[in-house]
Amino acid sequence: MRHHLILRVVTKLLVGTIILFALYVQFHGDYSPGGGFQAGVIMAVAFILYGIVFGLREVQAVFPVWIVHRMMALGVLVYAGTGVLSLLLGFDFLDYGAFAPEHPSHGQHDGIFAVELGVGITVTGVMISIYYAFAARPPRISDEEW
Amino acid sequence: MIELLINFVLFFMMVVTALAVIRLQRLFAVVMLSGVFSLLSALLLVTLDAVDVAFTEAAVGAGISTVLMLGTLALTSRTERSSSRSSFVPLVVVAVTGAAILYGTLDMANFGSAQSPAQLGVAAQYMERSPHDIDVPNIVTGILASYRGYDTLGETAVVFTAGVGVLMLISGLYRRRRREDDEDEGPGVNT
Amino acid sequence: MSWDFINGHLNYWLFTVLMMIGLYIVVARGNLVKKIVGLNMFQTAVFMFYISLGKVTGGTAPILPVHGGDHGDIIYSNPLPHVLILTAIVVGIATTSLGLALIVRIREEFHTIEEDELLRIETDLSRAENRQHGQAMGGRA
Repeated sequence: MRHHLILRVVTKLLVGTIILFALYVQFHGDYSPGGGFQAGVIMAVAFILYGIVFGLREVQAVFPVWIVHRMMALGVLVYAGTGVLSLLLGFDFLDYGAFAPEHPSHGQHDGIFAVELGVGITVTGVMISIYYAFAARPPRISDEEW
Repeated sequence: MIELLINFVLFFMMVVTALAVIRLQRLFAVVMLSGVFSLLSALLLVTLDAVDVAFTEAAVGAGISTVLMLGTLALTSRTERSSSRSSFVPLVVVAVTGAAILYGTLDMANFGSAQSPAQLGVAAQYMERSPHDIDVPNIVTGILASYRGYDTLGETAVVFTAGVGVLMLISGLYRRRRREDDEDEGPGVNT
Repeated sequence: MSWDFINGHLNYWLFTVLMMIGLYIVVARGNLVKKIVGLNMFQTAVFMFYISLGKVTGGTAPILPVHGGDHGDIIYSNPLPHVLILTAIVVGIATTSLGLALIVRIREEFHTIEEDELLRIETDLSRAENRQHGQAMGGRA
């Protein structure tokens, strides 16, 4: 990919925008189409794009493998942890009324925020680590044969 | 009227794409066409008022899925070998299945009817109570994260399991450890 | 079969056509990657079929207007199928990625991803195993 100048320049411009858009989709899932899954996928796409154009070692220098593997489990932990937290506060499992007992609908906002965050973290981690796994194997078809 | 026209044009393009996937032998083109198919289906989903689903389908189908399939192609092969099997049995299977599904749709409610069973059950209650209970403008997020939050926990676990499964299959760790045990030299590529 | 009936069911039939094309690809083609592509197309057509069950004529996306407004006049399409299909899409990509990883491993082990050749290789392998175990137990199994 060394000789594809346009791809490299455009990727450098786009990656920041894509990450920003992913964060926007994550946090505006309440008000517009969006939420955890879409945001996780878009965030993963930003890093996969960087990895495709600049190489696997470059993107693994930015986003190391061990972080990605930990993120996969961290998201599920955050999600289940929200449920357990509401258990510990005396309510049912995943009952968001626990976070604001006098205003149940405000507690819903906090609960949904935490839960979507967990989903977004897991999806990002899984997509990027699947890409790392596929890209780390030596390819059978070289670039010229395509 | 114009919406009907848009739906028909999109559907026609999807059928053409699907038929091309049947005929093509270059797998690169097949994978690209599957991305096109996902994108067209995302457009069709928007006309069906499913904006969240269209968003997810475009991101997942036209984005991640295409990348993973191209990665698989780079590790396997570029073309499909032409098979000499007759296509009679598959056609019979498809015809029988299609006839059964068409027979099943005969007593479904009309498209867009507000009296169909899907509209009158639990969903009507969700829509009534959501502004009061959850107070989140996007009703789909409210149902996904609050009313059906337990299902979404299971779904997140499914995504996690898929990631772990793929890592177990192709992370190359077993091969590297075996190579280290045999004291062979191998490229130490990080996964 | 009135025109109204046909008009009301046409979309279900059209999505069934797409489903059947996807199913045909899975059944009729031997290449494993193409089977996965066909399976994805089948899946996508099922999603669209399911979501068209929730569409209400004259409805709009199920997002409430933010600044108060007139909630009573707006018709919304049913949000419940959207939620179920969101889950289904994510599960679909999970199974697709697992299937693709399996294809990579199959290619590594057997050096082919065509179904016919895989069947032949497997038959040969099981015949060789039968012969081996049969001799160990003193005769043909």
